[in-house]
Amino acid sequence: MPTRPLSPHLSVYKFKYTMVTSILNRFAGAALSAGLLLLVYWLSAVAGGERSQVRAGRILSLPVVKLIYLGLIIAFSYHLIAGVRHLIWDTGRGLERNQARRSAWVVAAASLALALVIVYCAWFGAAHPR
Amino acid sequence: MSLRSPLGQVLGRGSAKQGVHHWWVQRLSSVALVPLSIWFLVSLLSLPSLDHGVVSAWMAQTSSALLLILFVLTAAWHSQLGLQVIVDDYVHGIGARTLTLVAIAFAHVLLASAGVFAVLKVALRGGQ
Repeated sequence: MPTRPLSPHLSVYKFKYTMVTSILNRFAGAALSAGLLLLVYWLSAVAGGERSQVRAGRILSLPVVKLIYLGLIIAFSYHLIAGVRHLIWDTGRGLERNQARRSAWVVAAASLALALVIVYCAWFGAAHPR
Repeated sequence: MSLRSPLGQVLGRGSAKQGVHHWWVQRLSSVALVPLSIWFLVSLLSLPSLDHGVVSAWMAQTSSALLLILFVLTAAWHSQLGLQVIVDDYVHGIGARTLTLVAIAFAHVLLASAGVFAVLKVALRGGQ
């Protein structure tokens, strides 16, 4: 372990919008890792048979868990679209300052729109228990 | 103690050829997750209900079982790679970092296996 200072030095930078888009992508990714835990829990409950799924369903339909779904939907939408932006950057395109600033707004708007569509479909869709 | 400088000791050995491996598999898994995650969400939202019969009949179809397994495996892989970078950045101290990385790796292998096993269990009993 080197004793010299290592990056990142989060506190030494002047604030830039790129910090927000970057750290949000990381937060969203970390949140989705927790979502993976929920997904595997649900899949295992389904595999355990009808009674086990009903039992897990009582936990998975708690209001606080529904709030988690909302967070996961927002995280998914942002991580998906910001991730596509990264993939486009990886081809060497869109890295100019004005292009990157514009695509940051596109990512914000598109991920918000996608999240709203998913929430709408989940709430009013056929699978929603009314 | 060698008389050769640390730089001199490593010069001329060539690269380990793994410099971009993490970067590359992170992109590879993300490219795969774009269609897989959209497929998962659309399929889940278009199920008539989330009752046991409906869900297990869906999970037992060959195409959905296969795609679900791919989704769980790829998501776990991508998640492990992503969390690893966060730990690399923010967990200082070789001991704590190594321990965290091992725990993350084990947890993801466990999650991926449990997910695949669950899908196979439903699919191989014919969706009951």
